[in-house]
Amino acid sequence: MNLWLIPILPFAGFLINGLFGRRMAKPLINLFAVGSVALSFAWAVTVLLRLNPLETKYVEHYFTWIQSGSLNIGVDFAVDRLTAVMLMVVTGVGFLIHVYSIGYMAEDPGYYRFFSYLNLFMFFMLVLVLAQNFLLLFVGWEGVGLCSYLLIGFFLLEQFATNAGNKAFIVNRIGDFGFSLAIFLIFRQFGSLDFTRVFDAAKGMPNEASAGILTAICLLLLVGATGKSAQIPLYVWLPDAMAGPTPVSALIHAATMVTAGVYMTARSAALFTHSPIAMDTVAVIGLATAFLAATIGLAQTDIKKVFAYSTVSQLGYMFLGVGVGAFSAGIFHLMTHAFFKALLFLGAGAVIHGLHGEQDLRQMGGLYKHMRITAITLLCASLAISGFPFTSGFFSKDAILVAAYARAPWMYWIGVLTAGMTAFYVFRAWFLAFTGEYRGHAHPHESPLVMTGPLMLLAALSLGGGFINVPHWLEPMFAEKGENQMLAWLSAAVGLIGIAIAYIFYVAKPGLADSFARSVGGLYRLVYNKYFVDEVYNAAIVQPVVKGSRVFLWRGVDAGLIDGAVNGVGIRSRGIGGVLRLLQSGNIRSYAAWVVLGSVIVLLAIGLAGGAR
Amino acid sequence: MQNAVPLSWYLILSAILFGLGVAGFIYRRNIITVFMSIELMLNAVNLSFIAFSYTQRQIDGHIFSFFVMVVAAAEAAVGLAIILTVFKNRDTLMIDEISSMKY
Repeated sequence: MNLWLIPILPFAGFLINGLFGRRMAKPLINLFAVGSVALSFAWAVTVLLRLNPLETKYVEHYFTWIQSGSLNIGVDFAVDRLTAVMLMVVTGVGFLIHVYSIGYMAEDPGYYRFFSYLNLFMFFMLVLVLAQNFLLLFVGWEGVGLCSYLLIGFFLLEQFATNAGNKAFIVNRIGDFGFSLAIFLIFRQFGSLDFTRVFDAAKGMPNEASAGILTAICLLLLVGATGKSAQIPLYVWLPDAMAGPTPVSALIHAATMVTAGVYMTARSAALFTHSPIAMDTVAVIGLATAFLAATIGLAQTDIKKVFAYSTVSQLGYMFLGVGVGAFSAGIFHLMTHAFFKALLFLGAGAVIHGLHGEQDLRQMGGLYKHMRITAITLLCASLAISGFPFTSGFFSKDAILVAAYARAPWMYWIGVLTAGMTAFYVFRAWFLAFTGEYRGHAHPHESPLVMTGPLMLLAALSLGGGFINVPHWLEPMFAEKGENQMLAWLSAAVGLIGIAIAYIFYVAKPGLADSFARSVGGLYRLVYNKYFVDEVYNAAIVQPVVKGSRVFLWRGVDAGLIDGAVNGVGIRSRGIGGVLRLLQSGNIRSYAAWVVLGSVIVLLAIGLAGGAR
Repeated sequence: MQNAVPLSWYLILSAILFGLGVAGFIYRRNIITVFMSIELMLNAVNLSFIAFSYTQRQIDGHIFSFFVMVVAAAEAAVGLAIILTVFKNRDTLMIDEISSMKY
């Protein structure tokens, strides 16, 4: 079925644009960049149609990559129903965002560089999704991390952008460290990294009531997932990642890459379901992240930061779903989130584009008159993320919350509260941007069709995506969870209340928000400054590491010990040489005398040692 | 074999020749003489090789002495060439005056 074509097409686009893009005309760059992703999407659709109904996994083996002792790792791609969902999301949403980027990046001097990175990202993401063993997945995992770094730091003349890129890369290393340890443990335990063999072996193992090898593996996998998917405690890189161009925020830092952790956890469901401790940890981390990120999102003034914290929060929801055993609900939310969050970011990008780079919500307002399509599509996305009845978010979020209620009611209530806050901050952003009077100084204008087209398509998906019954489609892999209409309507109602409060605060009675913020001044400052987490990390981890490196490792070990040893050897050699060179008198007869003396000594030594035999 | 010259005589002669060579090598100042002393030492060793080879009835000593002769011939060729060049450049064959190759 030639699955390899799906990732290799964007890779070809990357090579062509990366090598020759500098001298190519923009239409040609567009052709290769967008065309390759379109072909990749088309081929993925073809493959899935031919493989339908895909009851069992379809595997293709290409070649053996590493063969050493009992370690045997092949380059294998596989498609099952979970991969199918991911393939559609990655290539479909990826294609729309590529199209949008044509308009958004039109004026940028690094045009070809942007598209070649974007194509490279698509390649690695598809490898990640298609991989049939942990190591190949890790290749994709690291590759998307690299592309994320390159694209966050895309504006490489801006100090803050390169800093944000470094931060993302370094924080991700911590997660990847855990992930690679997990891979080692898996190999040690199962003797293979192949998904089928590992998971079949794991299914035969008993549930671990207390911590055991599977729990250790799962917790280490979770460390990897918290890095890539921006969960507590490693979420700090994602808000800073907004320094990259907005299509990048939409594609990598909202729709696809950051969901890799959720995908990986769902993929390893056979391991996680045998370790209740790890499952509970996943659920609690997800819930805590969802709640905390939502509270931070309440007070942000940068439109992209609002959506960034919203992404962290929604990823928390997915982890909550996965952690309470509702894997299909988590993947469902992953898909709908890809639709509406990509739309939110692209819409924000259209606003920023229309305002010539202005990102501060306080400098917007009244934009509905100027950019109607953007406003309406963003409204669709906001309704979807708020869980408005019958939009996509309504179905997926409630599937998660219902499953959480079955696990523990208190998780449900915190989740519902978070849903209310989500609705509030998203609509706060919408009201601040599109209603009232314009407060900025630019001349707002609507974006071209190449940008609004993807917006409209994504708006349709955000509204109607909930009717794609992903949990049913994933039924052969993950058991479906029961439904509970009452709980679903309750959380939708809380979402509506959140919207209503946002309306009162920012439309009906503007000024109420400020006085409210003043009345809870300390709390507001705490939230506005993101709980000072960055500052705490800086003081507790970054500074000690930097100081330790500088004082101990650099001055002490490197300059003192290593340089000292090397220089010491040099100085001693010169001292000894200075003495020895006096022998080199230039007088040939003294040399001759030394030769004779030497041979006499050798003969004497041989004689003293007992002769030649 | 009874009337043959005993091995020890050859070795004593070889040792005397070698000693003379060493002495000449160290004490003489003319490069040519030093050079001849080296040849003397080589041939003293050759003598003991041949003597051992003859009494032990083994061919190894002969082979060694041929090697030594080849080396000595090559050395004479190269050495004399060097000496000629030195003499052309310095107008001297006094070994103590050729001492610029030092630290």
